Amino acid sequence: MNERNIPYTGAQAGAPALNKVLKNTYLLLSMTLLFSGAMAYAGLVMGIGHGAGLISSIAGIVMLWFVLPRTAESAAGIPVIFAITGLLGLGLAPVVGHYLAADPTIVMTALGGTGAIFLGLSAYAVVSRRDFSFMGGFLFVGLFVVIGAAVLNIFLQMPVLFLVINAAIVLIMSGLILWETSRIIHGGETNYIMATAGLFLSLLNMFQALLHLLGAANE
Amino acid sequence: MDWIQILSALFLGAMLVFLFPRMKHAVKESPKGSAQDWMGVIVPLLLVVGFVLLLMSMV
Repeated sequence: MNERNIPYTGAQAGAPALNKVLKNTYLLLSMTLLFSGAMAYAGLVMGIGHGAGLISSIAGIVMLWFVLPRTAESAAGIPVIFAITGLLGLGLAPVVGHYLAADPTIVMTALGGTGAIFLGLSAYAVVSRRDFSFMGGFLFVGLFVVIGAAVLNIFLQMPVLFLVINAAIVLIMSGLILWETSRIIHGGETNYIMATAGLFLSLLNMFQALLHLLGAANE
Repeated sequence: MDWIQILSALFLGAMLVFLFPRMKHAVKESPKGSAQDWMGVIVPLLLVVGFVLLLMSMV
């Protein structure tokens, strides 16, 4: 048997501690998602524009890069992760507002679709207990290429490339959900705040990419 | 080109700079997956593709 595909027996050393990390991650993830959703709603009510949304998202990502790694090992990490997810939720408001104005079904379908994909992939990773660490290099190279293509498309403005980028984002974020969940299960990630940040970003990016794909399909 | 596009390009460019060392590390440190390992990823990803196509046909 492949040594990285050991079925769960409940007898592995450290299993209860790992389950605790997973449980805490899902608890914090659900709370940050609710908070982020509330901030997106606040942004919609305030009618913030694309410029303010972009600045809010940049502030969230800068905090994620430079503040969260310094605070994630302490209690200060909790307000920081809420601040990050709140800023990213606020940053999403103009995009959500755009699609709500076009057709509210798009937003509801993207939300339901993101939830269903996340639940399905998480259940698969938890139940199979496969080790997806071999995907790390592939996923990061894919992410790098997709971001490079997104920069290029800011100048080229090609609708087909835009759709290809969003389809690739859905696949890469799906892979990252499997990879991150597997890291928690197999002890590669023991900090539930950092694990929450990783899963939250995957969900946010997937939701946004699905919005764009469904919006294009709707047109 | 407006300032939002310029700021977006700068932000994504910064992301590339930030991501590059992590990508190099991940490529170097990730274990090699067997054909069986990759099949365990390809099948759920194909299901995701099918599901997204179904959603796209519904809206």
